[in-house]
Amino acid sequence: MQDSNGGCHMCLAIPGKIIEISHDNVNSALVDVMGVRRHVELGLLEDDRPNTGDWVLIHVGYAMSKISEQDAAEQMRTLEMLGETEAARQEVRGYGLQSAENKSEK
Amino acid sequence: MKFVDEFRNPELINKTVEEIKLAVDPNRQYRLMEICGGHTHAIYRFGLKDILPPNIDMIHGPGCPVCVLPMGRIDEGLAIAANHDLIFAAFGDMMRVPGTHGSPLEHKARGLDVRIVYSPADALQLAKANPSRHVMFFAIGFETTAPSTALTLQRAKHDRIPNFSVFCNHITIIPALRAILDSPDMRLDGFVGPGHVSTVIGCRPYEWIATDRKKPFVVSGFEPLDLLQSILMLLRQLNAGEAKIENQYKRVVRWEGNPAAVRAMDNVFEVRPSFEWRGLGFIPHSALRLCEEYADWDAERRFQIPGFRIADPAAAQCGEVLTGVLKPAQCKLFGNECTPERPVGALMVSSEGSCAAYYNYEHRKAALVTALSTPS
Repeated sequence: MQDSNGGCHMCLAIPGKIIEISHDNVNSALVDVMGVRRHVELGLLEDDRPNTGDWVLIHVGYAMSKISEQDAAEQMRTLEMLGETEAARQEVRGYGLQSAENKSEK
Repeated sequence: MKFVDEFRNPELINKTVEEIKLAVDPNRQYRLMEICGGHTHAIYRFGLKDILPPNIDMIHGPGCPVCVLPMGRIDEGLAIAANHDLIFAAFGDMMRVPGTHGSPLEHKARGLDVRIVYSPADALQLAKANPSRHVMFFAIGFETTAPSTALTLQRAKHDRIPNFSVFCNHITIIPALRAILDSPDMRLDGFVGPGHVSTVIGCRPYEWIATDRKKPFVVSGFEPLDLLQSILMLLRQLNAGEAKIENQYKRVVRWEGNPAAVRAMDNVFEVRPSFEWRGLGFIPHSALRLCEEYADWDAERRFQIPGFRIADPAAAQCGEVLTGVLKPAQCKLFGNECTPERPVGALMVSSEGSCAAYYNYEHRKAALVTALSTPS
């Protein structure tokens, strides 16, 4: 692709902080991802469930691993150095799919 | 290129670079493959090639799912969408990948209903929001993304969503590594192992590479310091004549991986007898498809598959570049017929492909140097 930012966006691992776990579905959480809030699936962490306030590394909308706050900060710095912060934000916004939700929560 | 003092821990980076220089035996060449496209991208982006000693060769591996996807699969996905008037949903990375008759984005311009999604869960959401339309998710990726597709399919089955299916192109890294190690031209000394794939599969699946093939393998993170430390760990093993699996990325990767993610994949997918990879040809047991219990959500079972097969252009030497026999610029087509704007071979398709990465960072830099040094 001729993407000036480079990088394969689906391969981005984006750190996010769990704001709230859904009451009706323990596998869904509202997560703050670099200022963007969206629902993230937690099903892949069912052996080691995260809690509100925990940091997770997110791939394609699914939390893949729990990480420390320090590692999250470092991961965000890596994304910044790679010039991919904005691409990551655009990704998690879900290309408009989740926009209504974002508006109501901001 | 970035400068070392912009990085986190510049002192530690300088110290690691010094240790690498001390560890390098000047009388030998070290040929190390970074498997993951994300690592390739980071190596170029951070200019690590410029700070490594010249006798360390970084060979770029097959770990870019967009690059290794055969063009015939893109054609098939687009043909199904057109023939059945359905919504074609795919990651943004797929949108500009050329099919025989244009990319998904170009098909969209011609009227096909193409949607970019960030997550397979978003594609399922799209199906729920459009009950009168069928949504087909064009799934690509290694073990990093396959578990997310699996959980999305479990959700679709649980919620009995009839208007959703997956066109599955998920691939697995181990058979590709086996194909590379079995190649008669193979000249690699060791591997920088993929960070995020390993969060899922862990480190055990690599053990045969150390025990049977005697090649050191270090699972690595993505920061400059991670990559340099991993390279140093490989050099130390090679100098000591050892071959071990080591995990440099312990803060994210567990030795046993993520069993929940592996369970989800095992529940939903089965291994295909064989699958074609651009640049590498057919590799046995190297890809996943939906198992019988998910037949209702399997686009390949629900729709007639045209069965397109587009051969890799004969002149492109992607296979030789992937096995480290040739550098990207040594391919006959590099930079002339094959460029990131008009890719011919697999490795030019995505910016994480080794040829595109090389072209974007090295080739343009070299062109600039030539332009600056040529008297006008």
